[in-house]
Amino acid sequence: MSATLQKSDHRATLGGPAPTAPRRRPTSQQWAAWAFLTPVTLYLVLFYAYPLYRNLDLSLRHYTVRSFVQGDAPFTGLANYRTVLDDPTFAPALLHTVVFTAVCLVFQYALGLALAVFFNQHFRLSATLRALFLVPWLLPLIVSASTWSWMLNSESGVVNALLSAVGIDPVNWLTSPDWSLASVIIANIWIGVPFNLVVLYSGLQSIPASLHEAAAIDGANAWQRFWRITFPLLRPVSAITLLLGLVYTLKVFDIIWIMTKGGPADSSTTFATWSYQLGFGNLVPAFGPGAAVGNLLVVAALAFGLIYVRVQRKQALS
Amino acid sequence: MNSTSRHRRLTAAALTALALAGTATACGSGSDGGSNTADSGTYTIWDPYPQFDKSSAWAKLLDSCGTEAGVKVKRTAFDTSDLSNKALLAAQQDNSADVLIVDNPVVSTLAEAGVLTTTDDNKLDTSKVDPNLLAAGQTGGKTYGTPIGANTLALYYNKDVLKKAGVDVASIKDWASLTAALAKVDKAGKKGITFSAIGTEEGSFQFLPWFWGSGAQLTQLDSAEGVSALALWSDWLKKGYAPNSVINNTQTTSWQEFASGDYAFAENGTWQLANAKKAGFDYGVLPIPGAKGGNAAAPTGGEFVTLPVQSDTDRYATSQKLVACLTNTDHLYDTDTTLSYVAPTSEVQAKQVAANAELKPWVDAVKAAKGRTSDDLGTKYPKISEQMWKAVQSALSGSKSPKDALAAAQSAVK
Repeated sequence: MSATLQKSDHRATLGGPAPTAPRRRPTSQQWAAWAFLTPVTLYLVLFYAYPLYRNLDLSLRHYTVRSFVQGDAPFTGLANYRTVLDDPTFAPALLHTVVFTAVCLVFQYALGLALAVFFNQHFRLSATLRALFLVPWLLPLIVSASTWSWMLNSESGVVNALLSAVGIDPVNWLTSPDWSLASVIIANIWIGVPFNLVVLYSGLQSIPASLHEAAAIDGANAWQRFWRITFPLLRPVSAITLLLGLVYTLKVFDIIWIMTKGGPADSSTTFATWSYQLGFGNLVPAFGPGAAVGNLLVVAALAFGLIYVRVQRKQALS
Repeated sequence: MNSTSRHRRLTAAALTALALAGTATACGSGSDGGSNTADSGTYTIWDPYPQFDKSSAWAKLLDSCGTEAGVKVKRTAFDTSDLSNKALLAAQQDNSADVLIVDNPVVSTLAEAGVLTTTDDNKLDTSKVDPNLLAAGQTGGKTYGTPIGANTLALYYNKDVLKKAGVDVASIKDWASLTAALAKVDKAGKKGITFSAIGTEEGSFQFLPWFWGSGAQLTQLDSAEGVSALALWSDWLKKGYAPNSVINNTQTTSWQEFASGDYAFAENGTWQLANAKKAGFDYGVLPIPGAKGGNAAAPTGGEFVTLPVQSDTDRYATSQKLVACLTNTDHLYDTDTTLSYVAPTSEVQAKQVAANAELKPWVDAVKAAKGRTSDDLGTKYPKISEQMWKAVQSALSGSKSPKDALAAAQSAVK
């Protein structure tokens, strides 16, 4: 966020009226200040601004393998975006992205908050148990996703074995168009809960215990104390948790790709996997449309970022 | 904000721009004098065999070929799926390897991009190579490299399972007799057949023998023959002859299912021979039958040795020497034995069969095989293939009928 703000600030300055102050020779202190500033700016431009610009440029040109190598791809304006919008995959991919993100966020947040409140009780072994809950977060994504796909395998997976042990028909978790999206959502919730747990738990620490004690003396029960004290005081932490969660979830790729490759028949394709599929999933890559889908994702994340900034400002004012 | 700070920021921006321009020029001059032109005595070779390290026979062969040609060889191994993008990027920066070994369906794409030299330019001798294998590297009447080895698909079968089910392998001659055999196996309480129908190139690769075996052509995905091939697979799934997991199986996971010993058949490739010996049960190999008898054409796998375009054209002569060394009869035999491939020339194939009679069905299968980009499909193939694996996935998962799935695929190709 700070990167975007700083950048827009820069632009505003450059576009503003010319400096009217009399020209002075910069002092050595000022030179030192510039020297300190340069690495950061350089880093931001090289690793953020330039790739973004390149991605935008890619999405506005008609690339074939030949023009990619020769570097003479013709400028085609918004043609790639039109291709993407007209693609039969667009509507399902949009729907899946929205469902995936919304369901994952709701469950990750709710479970994370419940666990955070639970661990806030400081019972015996709570630290050990909390550490165990962090395991999904520490595992490399490829390990957890592969493990999930083994567990959910239609033929030899442990989940279907358990289901048949209690007399339920096996479910084709990863290979049925009705279930594949649900399967990747379940796996992603499992991976995302620890992050919510950690952030919300640290948020709970900052709520003074005296408030709870005072409320208890006034006769508030546990539920009322949570709903009237904990939850409202946790609001700023909740907002940032949800925003970060949203950005992480929007761009989730590894889990879906490893578990279902976005299939079968696009039933678990999101914008992230679709963008990869277009750009790299074929022997003849479609860089233009792939970049266009990627840009749509960036814009979506940016829009929610701005909403967050607005909400935060309103909260600060009130 | 006061004017001093404004002034400050302006200067900062200008300084940054200057610094940026500096780095940009530095990068530019760096790529001009790329690693291969800077040192004319060192030749770079890129291959997709990361499983071979410095001490492997393959790496030693490259070194000795370099010594023979009087140059130093610098080898870099990439993951197969990475290599085509890396080759494109390198070509964009005029920094291509001198010798590039790539998966055969990629050759026509790289040729289309203008990355590869033709055999007219680089004087590679391809006269001994089997024409059906060479075809994968030909597009627009030009040849862009020579195959280093080939592999293809056939049916592995578990002799114990078939015996218990009372199936005689000799009776399997076409699709009907194969399906009848699967029914018997199913009745005996064992599992029928496993293959890979995953939504990637691997899925298309595995579906092609059935597609071609039906008499269908890649130019017309939704022909009645094509539909019959897809219906064969989806019926097997519906009847439980093939597991539902094939929709997500790679060729490796499909092999693991077969290695469990429960399955009668598995569609897999030459490269699993070594694993088949370790499986712990008696196995046999059967060519994939065509719809109405005969052997279906299976797609060829395996890599091509190519010479990418260089700005310094004097390098081709030495690169050609290197490739000639790699693909001469003796070295081909060694290389293809290490890679578990069938050789691309009849001479070396005969030598392979003489040394190991088990390779006989595979040599026959390779002789009947067909390149995916053959029939002058070239760069059209990847698009057709993507639609084909999508259709296979739709039909097998039950979201569309085979007919609708292939009709949708055909209209998406156009």
